[in-house]
Amino acid sequence: MSVQRMMAEKVLTVDTMNSCVKKVEYAVRGPIVLRAVQIEKELKEGVQKPFSEVIKANIGDAHAMGQQPITFFRQVLAMCSYPELLDDDRFPEDAKGRARRILQGCGGQSIGAYSASQGIECVRQDVARYVERRDGGVPSDPDNIYLTTGASDGIVTMLKLLVAGEGRSRTGVMISIPQYPLYSAALAELGAVQVNYFLNEERCWSLDVSELRRALADARRHCNPRALCIINPGNPTGQVQSRQCIEDVIRFAAKERLFLMADEVYQDNVYAEGCEFHSFKKVLFEMGPEFSSTVELASFHSTSKCYMGECGFRGGYMEVVNMDPEVKAQLTKLVSVRLCPPVPGQALMDLVVNPPQPGEPSYSTFIRERKATLSSLAERARLTEQILNTVPGIACNPVQGAMYSFPRVTLPARAIREAEERGQAPDMFYCMKLLEETGICLVPGSGFGQRDGTFHFRMTILPPTDKLKILLSKVKDFHQRFIQQYS
Amino acid sequence: MSVLRAISPDLSRIRLVDQDCLSKRAAQIREALLQGLERPFKHLIDISLGDAHRGGLQPITFVRQVISACLYPSLLDSGRLPTDVKSRARNLLKQCEGESVGSYTATCGLPKIQHSLSEFISRRDRGVPSSPENIFITSGSQQALMLVLRLFVHGKGSLQTGIMTPVPSSPLFNMALSSLGGAVVPYHLCEEEGWTLRLDEMRRALATARRHCNPMGLYVINPGNPVGQVQSQKSIEDVIRFAAEEKLFLLADEVYQDSVHDPTAEFVSYKRVLHEMGPPYSNTVELASFNSASKGFMGECGLRGGYVEFVNLDSAVMGHIYTLFSTEACTAVMGQIALDIMANPPRSGDASYTAFFEEVQNRRNTLNNNAKRVQETLNSLDGMSCQPIRGGIYAFPQLHLPARAVAKAEEAGVAPDLLYCMLLLEEMGLCVGPGSEHLQRKDTHHLRLCIATPEDTLQEVLERLSTFHLHFMRLFSG
Repeated sequence: MSVQRMMAEKVLTVDTMNSCVKKVEYAVRGPIVLRAVQIEKELKEGVQKPFSEVIKANIGDAHAMGQQPITFFRQVLAMCSYPELLDDDRFPEDAKGRARRILQGCGGQSIGAYSASQGIECVRQDVARYVERRDGGVPSDPDNIYLTTGASDGIVTMLKLLVAGEGRSRTGVMISIPQYPLYSAALAELGAVQVNYFLNEERCWSLDVSELRRALADARRHCNPRALCIINPGNPTGQVQSRQCIEDVIRFAAKERLFLMADEVYQDNVYAEGCEFHSFKKVLFEMGPEFSSTVELASFHSTSKCYMGECGFRGGYMEVVNMDPEVKAQLTKLVSVRLCPPVPGQALMDLVVNPPQPGEPSYSTFIRERKATLSSLAERARLTEQILNTVPGIACNPVQGAMYSFPRVTLPARAIREAEERGQAPDMFYCMKLLEETGICLVPGSGFGQRDGTFHFRMTILPPTDKLKILLSKVKDFHQRFIQQYS
Repeated sequence: MSVLRAISPDLSRIRLVDQDCLSKRAAQIREALLQGLERPFKHLIDISLGDAHRGGLQPITFVRQVISACLYPSLLDSGRLPTDVKSRARNLLKQCEGESVGSYTATCGLPKIQHSLSEFISRRDRGVPSSPENIFITSGSQQALMLVLRLFVHGKGSLQTGIMTPVPSSPLFNMALSSLGGAVVPYHLCEEEGWTLRLDEMRRALATARRHCNPMGLYVINPGNPVGQVQSQKSIEDVIRFAAEEKLFLLADEVYQDSVHDPTAEFVSYKRVLHEMGPPYSNTVELASFNSASKGFMGECGLRGGYVEFVNLDSAVMGHIYTLFSTEACTAVMGQIALDIMANPPRSGDASYTAFFEEVQNRRNTLNNNAKRVQETLNSLDGMSCQPIRGGIYAFPQLHLPARAVAKAEEAGVAPDLLYCMLLLEEMGLCVGPGSEHLQRKDTHHLRLCIATPEDTLQEVLERLSTFHLHFMRLFSG
């Protein structure tokens, strides 16, 4: 082969690569965040800007915004990492007991050993017991629990399992709009058909079964819908679905023979009066055997959110309900391909599902820390909604749960045109300008999906209260300037 | 009938590792022993997996001290930890958002650690430049391999993407490739020559494969897994030239680079050889090199820290890789910390240096001694032969089984080496891996033993194995 020819084309080009990969987008870490990181570099290099720091309100990372870890968790994990600390008096006995138990479950008594692909057995047992307690006694089998690398790993694995068929029989997966873009990214890569169902913005992002029916009927004309994904509490929308809604969804899934995927990572993040987290599994079982013995369900949880906020550990689990044994065997095979989830994350999950109990030495500190974190989040949720709603042209639904606000912004026609001329989504144009002028990094609504002609942004409620107030007032000022500029 | 019954055919095609049934049985036996049930042995030894800690080797103290201080920064105020541990931990925490290891990091890892890795690579490669933005920190090398495979694999029938992979193979790699719908294009390593890569065999494999798929990549493992060969510089050059001529993307799995036992062998990275070959190879051949904190002196498999370095990739493609990888958030921070220490260990003069150096030396000596001892012992047994274990952490001896043993296995519907392993487990409480799960030349049988274990454990392993082997051969001989 001639030297010239060898130099001419690469093996891996945008034309020869897997075309599905090219369709993948993930706004949460996308172009606006890349620009934010660039700006941070520029600030470090001394470039003059109208602000002195970039505030990353784009990602649901509580520790990044100053939230403190739960002391007990970190004590146990420190001892698991360096067991010499087990003889250190600074650590309480209950923490030591937990550490010893976890280490017993590890190969060679080390968190550095691979675990079984499905996860450390004693941790799965503890998860099952937690689920039983949470769901008022509904039985949970540890064998149906899979520990995962964050919830994302479990979600993508299930989607892989679900997606099959060609052409008109290609698998369709129903997902809420707005949605967390991991779903759209995974579906794009798998070449599955994304079937959108719109949440009702006028009614606090609630889910109407009539909309589910519409979406499904439409989808059946061109694909084979097999699954329904629901995020509760919602991301980015923050709604906490009512029990009635959950029952309706289950009934719908049963009737239409859809596999239910319930993303419940924000299950402890419920703030609004009158709202309560109802797990899909619990409601399913309370609906009686007609449903509880037939509806196929996977529920997902994580150590990244709630009151723990331990994103960096990549801890998570999924529980599968009523899964066909042959399919389950395939699932077990599939998870073994990635070896095992990080063991520190598995250990952390063990503590999350098995926290200090009344009477134990660490209990009162644990409860105090947990309460403080959750009530602070609730306060910031309320504050965010309140302040954003004072801005003409910004309308924010109550942040009932999770960690985000997803307000609607009304953009002047001139701004929309300018954005379109630049080939940018109008809310991306808006958010980019916000970033350049204030250093605040948000994610445009177009990254999550929204009704045509509407624009939103997602902002986390995570910055500490003082900073959050400053942030919100800057957003307010920016918005008013923007409207003036483009009117 | 379940909604999910009609699952993707790609998934059904993944061959479940035989290992699984052995692991399950080993777990049962371990449980039974705990319950006090009588067995012909007091405790179970499991050296079937490439897991140093499970095999009984201890973690490196410095690594765990740094990690514990990062997890619980109050330890930084105690007199408990050496000064260099504290300063490393403080430094790492400063890199983390909110100074917490509970925060997400940048997609490709903490920039400081990417930087440490690039310097590590450059030092290793005698100054060949390495750029941090070509380094993606991943959840073990397995996640990196899968990330790269996802870029390639598409198409069905004759357009199905194929990747050349060595036989004996890494079952995990083959599983990953199959699960993505790719074709495994096997090329046999030459056992008689000490498991070398032979170009004639690679050409044969490629030509055959082109009739039914579209081979786009060539996967090499150096040092080898499970076979333990260490490629010479010339061998690497030949492979690079072959990849360039045949337009194959090179995937170089170098996770065992730290484990070379043969004093006459040397690990040389694909990247360095590529660079030294000069243009046009050095600036055109596309390469992904993989490394991990799971192997080497650390053996921190459970922390899931690995990385891939990309060389000569198209920049538009790199953009897509980044976007794809960003959907997985980031690698677990503990794994990233382990990599930092791997790349940038304590230096002479640091408080922990002496102890650290001693632990690492002991680890290396253990592996070297084990490699020697295993080879000697197994080669002395009739019906077993073991090629030189030049590197890596496994022994992969060949079993020369009597015809009756093979027949018995066929009757039972299992691979002969799996039958051997099952009986070994039941009778001697020793769990090793069967060669069958690595694909092997037809009618050959092998065992896989992990040699990353304390010397006295290995001694016990060899005693049990020798005893069993003699008994087995006698039982099945004509």
